[in-house]
Amino acid sequence: METAPKPGGDAPPKKNKLQAKRKKPRRYWEEEETAPTPAGASPGPPHSKKRKQEFRPQRSKNTLIQKKSWISKKPQVSKKPREQRNPEPQRTLSGAQDPFPGPAPVPEEAALKFRRIDKSKKLLHSKSKTRSRLEVAEAEEKETSVRAARSELLLAEEPGFLEGEDGEDTAKIRQADIVEAVDIASAAKHFDLNLRQFGPYRLNYSQTGRHLAFGGRRGHVAALDWVTKKLMCEINVMEAVRDIRFLHSEALIAVAQNRWLHIYDNQGIELHCIRRCDRITRLEFLPFHFLLATASETGFLTYLDVSVGKIVTALNARAGRLDVMTQNPYNAVIHLGHSNGTVSLWSPAVKEPLAKILCHRGAVRTVAVDSTGTYMATSALDHQLKIFDLRGTFQPLSARTLPKGAGYLAFSQRGLLAAGMGDVVNVWAGQGKGSLPSLEQPYLTHRLSGHVHSLQFCPFEDVLGVGHSGGITSMLVPGAAEPNFDGLENNPYRSRKQRQEWEVKALLEKVPAELICLDPRALAEVDVVTLEQEKKERMERLGYDPEAKAPFQPKPKQKGRSSTASLVKRKRKVMDEEHRDKVRQSLEQQQEQQKQEKTKPTGTWPSALDRFVR
Amino acid sequence: MCENEAEKMIATSAESLLALSQQEELVDLPKDYPLSASDDEGDSDGERKHQKLLETISSLDGKNRWRLAERSEASLKVSEFHVSSEGTREKLVLSDLLQPIKTSSSLATVKKQLNRVKSKKTVELPLNKEDVARIHREVAFNKTSQALSKWDPIVLKNRKAQQLVFPLEKEQTAFAPIEHVLSGWKARTPLEQEIFSILHKNKQPVTDPLLTPVEKASLKAMSLEEAKMRRAELQRARALQSYYEAKARREKKIKSKKYHKVVKKGKAKKALKDFETLQKVDPTAALEELEKTEKARMMERMSLKHQNSGKWAKSKAIMAKYDLEARQAMQEQLAKNKELTQKLQAAPESEEEEEGVVEAELLVPDVVNEVQLSADGPNPWMLRSCTSDAKEAGTHKDPEQRPEPVVCEDSESEGEESAGAEESLLKEFDERRSLRKRLELTQDAEPTGRQEAQDATSQEVLSELRALSQKLRKEKRQSRKQTADSTGTVLRVQREEPAQGEEEEPLLLQRPERVQTLEELEELGKEGCVQNTELPRPVLQGQQMERDPDKQLDAPKKKKRKAQMIDLQNLLTTKAPSVKSLAAPTTVEHLEDEERDQKQMIREAFAGDDVIRDFLKEKREAVEASKPKDVDLMLPGWGEWGGVGLQPSAKKRRRFLIKAPEGPPRKDKNLPNVIINEKRNIHAAAHQVHVVPYPFTHHHQFERTIQTPIGSTWNTQRAFQKLTTPKVVTKPGHIIKPIKAEDVGYRSSSRSDLSVVQRNPKQLSVRHKKQLKKNSVE
Repeated sequence: METAPKPGGDAPPKKNKLQAKRKKPRRYWEEEETAPTPAGASPGPPHSKKRKQEFRPQRSKNTLIQKKSWISKKPQVSKKPREQRNPEPQRTLSGAQDPFPGPAPVPEEAALKFRRIDKSKKLLHSKSKTRSRLEVAEAEEKETSVRAARSELLLAEEPGFLEGEDGEDTAKIRQADIVEAVDIASAAKHFDLNLRQFGPYRLNYSQTGRHLAFGGRRGHVAALDWVTKKLMCEINVMEAVRDIRFLHSEALIAVAQNRWLHIYDNQGIELHCIRRCDRITRLEFLPFHFLLATASETGFLTYLDVSVGKIVTALNARAGRLDVMTQNPYNAVIHLGHSNGTVSLWSPAVKEPLAKILCHRGAVRTVAVDSTGTYMATSALDHQLKIFDLRGTFQPLSARTLPKGAGYLAFSQRGLLAAGMGDVVNVWAGQGKGSLPSLEQPYLTHRLSGHVHSLQFCPFEDVLGVGHSGGITSMLVPGAAEPNFDGLENNPYRSRKQRQEWEVKALLEKVPAELICLDPRALAEVDVVTLEQEKKERMERLGYDPEAKAPFQPKPKQKGRSSTASLVKRKRKVMDEEHRDKVRQSLEQQQEQQKQEKTKPTGTWPSALDRFVR
Repeated sequence: MCENEAEKMIATSAESLLALSQQEELVDLPKDYPLSASDDEGDSDGERKHQKLLETISSLDGKNRWRLAERSEASLKVSEFHVSSEGTREKLVLSDLLQPIKTSSSLATVKKQLNRVKSKKTVELPLNKEDVARIHREVAFNKTSQALSKWDPIVLKNRKAQQLVFPLEKEQTAFAPIEHVLSGWKARTPLEQEIFSILHKNKQPVTDPLLTPVEKASLKAMSLEEAKMRRAELQRARALQSYYEAKARREKKIKSKKYHKVVKKGKAKKALKDFETLQKVDPTAALEELEKTEKARMMERMSLKHQNSGKWAKSKAIMAKYDLEARQAMQEQLAKNKELTQKLQAAPESEEEEEGVVEAELLVPDVVNEVQLSADGPNPWMLRSCTSDAKEAGTHKDPEQRPEPVVCEDSESEGEESAGAEESLLKEFDERRSLRKRLELTQDAEPTGRQEAQDATSQEVLSELRALSQKLRKEKRQSRKQTADSTGTVLRVQREEPAQGEEEEPLLLQRPERVQTLEELEELGKEGCVQNTELPRPVLQGQQMERDPDKQLDAPKKKKRKAQMIDLQNLLTTKAPSVKSLAAPTTVEHLEDEERDQKQMIREAFAGDDVIRDFLKEKREAVEASKPKDVDLMLPGWGEWGGVGLQPSAKKRRRFLIKAPEGPPRKDKNLPNVIINEKRNIHAAAHQVHVVPYPFTHHHQFERTIQTPIGSTWNTQRAFQKLTTPKVVTKPGHIIKPIKAEDVGYRSSSRSDLSVVQRNPKQLSVRHKKQLKKNSVE
């Protein structure tokens, strides 16, 4: 088979093609030189071959197509064979060749991270029609992933980082040193607001990272474009301010005041006073769901849909006063910290917590979840800082005892972890994005003029905002933020018109609140329970299983072998065989389960040699 | 044609018959029975009366004499009253009736004709209308379906197509020169006119700049013979290909094993030879080839193709007992497997080391080096698993003190029992840890001299280990039983042991750097031999971590529970290393003493509420609540005495208790510090697909096709466009005509040919050959 010869004249045409190639750009004024050879005269062998090669398909076509069109067809026809069997680069007009023909190759690893199809689930043997559909889906996935990987080239910015000279501890570098080293524009991002009068401040950056809102304990509320330092509004609400948060855009600010929740616009005008949310301690805004989650002293977790102004659900956490709350940006689940050392995970669709994790022995003081939804950092009264894995296991990955413990924690977009302990802020870094921050050595430390009261990394800027009793400090933390922003999603430089456009689009793409669950990809799965239920109901209605295999009916046979006894025997044979199959399958399943049970609890790293184990 | 003739015949015969019957009538009429006749009533009446009279007379004597047959047909027996054929035993023949008194020639011909008609069989009745219609329909259906079946591939293709664009026939984009497009174009400006005149003068092409008239002529004259040659060449190639294909197919079908063996050998030899020559000629290519073989080996290693697991191998294994050949074949395969999976020797410089390693690998049973410590980097996953391993290993170290904690599984009072067991386990663990501490201390005392002894004895140890593991496998079953017996007692002993200080070990963050002496190892081996309950923990120092080789020995359930308990306690009591911050908060001096004080304070503060116990209780409740409930259908007092203080019998209780099916294992089964809610989120489920659409039979299949998001948020613009292309595109303002054969590549003339080709490709080759022959003759 493998020695089957290729279709005749494969080797010679190649040569011919080269010749043809060489002769292709000939123009009619050059033809004059060769013209002397009469038309009818037999041309030289290479020449004739070239002709043959070039015009063969044309001939066959011309016999069918009327003569008139042949001139017009010519370029196309001559092109066609070349395209078919010519992987070589096309010639340009100038004669230069593309040294890298075709689309740029994409490394497999780069495309791999855009792959979404979970191939761990084994498929049964499928029909050809199904298989073709699956193949199409896989091909599509591959292509889109390659395209996405290729377009990564467009992310021009790279994250910066602070690197000490050999042996130098980066934590020793002070903010002043950094400010001195960086350019003016970046240096301007480090500033202090001395606001000693109105007590410890809570702050919040808008989603684009352009605006900053802060509220003092003693009622001072202000919002500003912190890059240009342009003040948008400044008011005193004459009431204690517990928390402050931007809603979906910088035009709306939610302020948790002593009694009720108030919403102000960027002029400082009070738009709403939501009395159903009272004694709020913490606010959290879920941008894709347009939900404002509020945790109250009374122990209720309330979800307010800010797009329609309705309260979606009010969940009773049954754990006393709630004052530790954060959101998981990956799946919009709310994490609440409790005084009994547990952290509970909530979704508005479920009345009970989705999960409850016992993290500490003491009361949980603060919780933070990183942007990929992989890690959760918690700190409690037992002075420990722990990082938990949120990918299903909820086990601590690393822990550290801090003197006095951390009162406030925040993750940056690239996975840096900041902790506020008294009047000191520590920042820990890992290796690259989405990696676990190593708690051994702090990446940066900074001492403030007052005790820390809130912490937040600014999105898309290497800045950490710290609200403390002495005002606001904007720290420079190199490598904290994502250097590339999505202009259609969170554009720091957007105009008013663009913001309005974005608002409409975002509202159109609003995700229903009930879709919040631990695994956000659950929507791409079939609801098996309902499927089974419907199947069962259908079977009951019809009285039989429409998808069941028809029972075996022995064929009548000749020569007296079709006696009743033999028929029964044959039937029994088939039945037994089926039964044996079933038993075999169930046995296999059992064995598999046992195997899993054996391997699971140890949770060991699989060895490369495991596959040789028999 | 035949039918027509037959019809004619029928027609003629019918005519003749008609004529005959008329004649008959003519003959018969006068003698006809006068039942219906009414014209000559008078005498017939008399006759009848007479007959009646006769009948009555004959019936007077009681006997029925003989009934005279009514005269309905001609008969030989001629009575004076009627004609009857009775008694003659001969059928009346038509011709008999014709027999005249005298023979006449004119009647002979008629007779002959009659005979001929008789000799012909009777024509069958034509089918009734419905049957005919049905047959017609069937035939028509077959014909049309045959005609339509040639469209099947096209229909299939269109159905599978990602996108269909209508109208189907595309206008071919022709690169016509501008002069062709604009027919009214003329050279107007003087410059144009001048240029064109020059061009015309020189016989240069005006319309198509690439071809001169000369060239065109030459093109037109592209000789017929050339074209023929080309065609013949192509045909030849095709024929050759088909020959080869046929040959290959034939060879593939050959069942002779010897033949295949010879062929295989030949191939192998050839490959070797080729490789040698290649090596001489082009070493780089040879290297590549070598790499290829290496890759094949690697693939083999991965796929394990030549193992005994294949269908063929299994069948051979059955046969091997009886068949020498099969045995040989199997051995061959195994040898092949060995050859392919064998690790190649590396570069010669480090040969010695390599050898050592290989030896070690050969010596050590695979269970030993299953877990290898990867790089020193703090991989949390590795770390965790390793630590847990280390823990387990540690727990196995001293078998006398550390028994298998077995919870007696009494079905009735399981809840309470398990709670008690957990607490006891907690205690146990503390003790174990303290013990280990002590052990390590003793280890530290004798750190020297270990290294020297190590190299010398490593071989021995390894061999010993091997033997041990084999032994253990044999004694597995026995040991299991023994453990089951012994553990109960040991547990009690364990409880009584005094609890040592409450030193907490940072197990979680501990690096797996537990060094062990060889003595320990040997001791361990001995213990394993003696006790059978314990397993050897082979430890390779340095790089290789220990891991208990077969956990199957321990009952997995118990083990898990134990692990759970250990973990939970661990999670919260680990002493995390304190951070050394440059800038400590001003209020707190980070002194160790003070820290300890603080800790103490916290402990005191939370002395009352045991967080862990509360959580465990809560979890147990949650687990209980989520368990499917059994249905108790028992009615007390039915079938037996009932009343206050009387319990229905256990047998009855058992009989009417419908046990709920055991649900799937909880997700947090092995996660001690987590309660995961198992309730279904019905609101989210409403958004999920709950029907598997048509071509899919299993939901997993369908899930694969919907896993890639198609929105522009997750895709690049191009990918988004491609993913959302409409299935059908129509051009506005164009008429969509039905598909034609010409559109899809069929030519009207060769339509039948095509369909034939598709049906039986074999015929094609035959025909092809014929054509070829013809060509060659020409």
